Amino acid sequence: MSEAKPTHQDQSEIFRGTADGETRLKHEKSVQGTPAASLPAFILGEELADLADKDPRIVVMTADLASANRTNDFKARHPDRFFDFGIAEKNMLTAAAGMASTGLIPYAATFASFCGILGAEQIRTDCAYPRMPVRAIGHHSGMSMGFYGTSHHALEDLGMMRTIADLTVVSAADANQLRAVLRASVDHPGAMYIRLGRGRDAVVYETVPADFAFGKAKRLREGRDLTVFTMGTGLRPTLDAAAALAADGIELRVVDMHTLKPIDADEIRAAVTETGAILTVEEHNVIGGLGSAVAEILVDGPRVPFRRHGVPDKFVEVGPPAALYAHYRLDAKGIAEVARELLRDAAA
Amino acid sequence: MSTGETPMPDRPQGGGRNVSRAFLEDRAKFVRKETVRLSRIAGAGHYSSTFSAAELFAALYYAHLRINPAEPRWADRDRFILSKGHAAIGLYPVLADLGFFDPKLLDDYTRFGSPFGDHPDMKKITGVDFSSGSLGHGLSIGVGMALGARAQGRSFRTYVMLGDGELAEGQVWEAAMAAGHFGLRSLVAIVDRNQLCIDGRTEEIMAIEPIEDRFRSFGWDTRRIDGHDLDAILGAFDGLAPAGRGRPQAIIADTVKGRGVKRMELALNWHVGNLAGADYDDVMAELDAGLQPLEAVS
Repeated sequence: MSEAKPTHQDQSEIFRGTADGETRLKHEKSVQGTPAASLPAFILGEELADLADKDPRIVVMTADLASANRTNDFKARHPDRFFDFGIAEKNMLTAAAGMASTGLIPYAATFASFCGILGAEQIRTDCAYPRMPVRAIGHHSGMSMGFYGTSHHALEDLGMMRTIADLTVVSAADANQLRAVLRASVDHPGAMYIRLGRGRDAVVYETVPADFAFGKAKRLREGRDLTVFTMGTGLRPTLDAAAALAADGIELRVVDMHTLKPIDADEIRAAVTETGAILTVEEHNVIGGLGSAVAEILVDGPRVPFRRHGVPDKFVEVGPPAALYAHYRLDAKGIAEVARELLRDAAA
Repeated sequence: MSTGETPMPDRPQGGGRNVSRAFLEDRAKFVRKETVRLSRIAGAGHYSSTFSAAELFAALYYAHLRINPAEPRWADRDRFILSKGHAAIGLYPVLADLGFFDPKLLDDYTRFGSPFGDHPDMKKITGVDFSSGSLGHGLSIGVGMALGARAQGRSFRTYVMLGDGELAEGQVWEAAMAAGHFGLRSLVAIVDRNQLCIDGRTEEIMAIEPIEDRFRSFGWDTRRIDGHDLDAILGAFDGLAPAGRGRPQAIIADTVKGRGVKRMELALNWHVGNLAGADYDDVMAELDAGLQPLEAVS
């Protein structure tokens, strides 16, 4: 595999979305344990183009990021239904609502920091409140932009989106799950915020999940000692942590809570009665996101050991994403440590 | 979804669907009087921002827009977005008068459970093409609607009424830039240039002139008219270039905030107010008498 290692130049082009197919394949092979279909952002334009082949209502727009989010793959196949709004995210999101009002289904994609944060009012007032079927896609969420810094991080978007009525909030972990989300989204009523990682995220779903449904969480691993609720970029490291802990006889149930809103409260209540202890893992401020959403359900039931794990309520350090995940214990090792601490404290 | 197959009258030519200037003057008066009546139900109202737009509302809805109240969701209808949503109190009576809904519904204006708030909600009010209220958004909605028309091969036009103070919102210029870039000739911006924002004259609070130059520099065609002169308004509408690919079109309507009620004309303390008791009767009588010549305002 060493000959397939991408160069720095390759990585640069992959990140900007300008890499050719061979370079992308080389990169895909180089990602640890990751089959070729593991790059959500890279299939975004292609999947939407496939859907648009069958549905004339689908239009796609971006804000000067057609290469980075691969919506240029859509543009190549449906140039009359693709709109680049330039660096004007607010206008893009509001215009998407206007387009939706004429009978179209717009998918509007940009960095999560400029979608769910910069565009929060437009998503609320123009998309969700009039129940327009706009799909706002925030990619490169969390701190996946690493050394780009806080301006390009989105660690607050879920908290902001989750407090908006009539808005579906969903995360996709990998390419296959993103395909399922996009397919299910077409005829889903009302507005939607779709949160994606960096576009080179490790595989969670080996195939497109046929049973995907908004609001219905999915158990990816069964365990008796602790339930971990996570989604998106939290899934792969959590599953890896669960595998490591199993070697020590600690069995985690891992649940993909892909839909943050409406949340699957039944699945949370099931965890209370079946495993007791609960941990939430998210690449987001510990305030306002998945941990808060789960806590809101738990507070109405019997007390169980519970911990919210995410990014502390601080602006994070600058650095490569992997270093940040390690520092904030959002890699497999860190998540395993946090799970052990929770179980130890519960037993004390 | 509408099939768009219902026969519709052609776009009115040369001054409207056989409506007289006297009729439009009467409808503008109706807008003002209803604004006063409904504000009393609410206990407060945006009188003056609505009065400045009364002739524009009358000309648009009774003489120009290609709409059909019997089929409010008609896919090929012209769209109207009241970006200055706080003037909705003047739009609701027009929609009721045209038959979009029962005028009696307005008797509970703003009361608990009413569909009619200070700002319009498209989910609740038949005939409202888009919800508004947060200033700066409407022109972007219009950009989306015009692109939607193009993407679906539809012929409708999209009209957006903006306030002048609203032009300080940055998103307006994002939308203006996009409309110029995409060549949205079917998009028509109407600026109610009533001279005042809440805190004072626009040129003192945040200068917005030269409005025409600014729109032109973003790729628009512009025309400036007296926004209380019905002939001028109809002339501007009739002079619009056919929809298609080309420069979007802006009509800058010079108006007077509070026009029609002396105490409110260019008065800073009437952005939101409440007329009660004898004041209410006095103002209604003043409106009944019709528009009087403007007093010189220093």
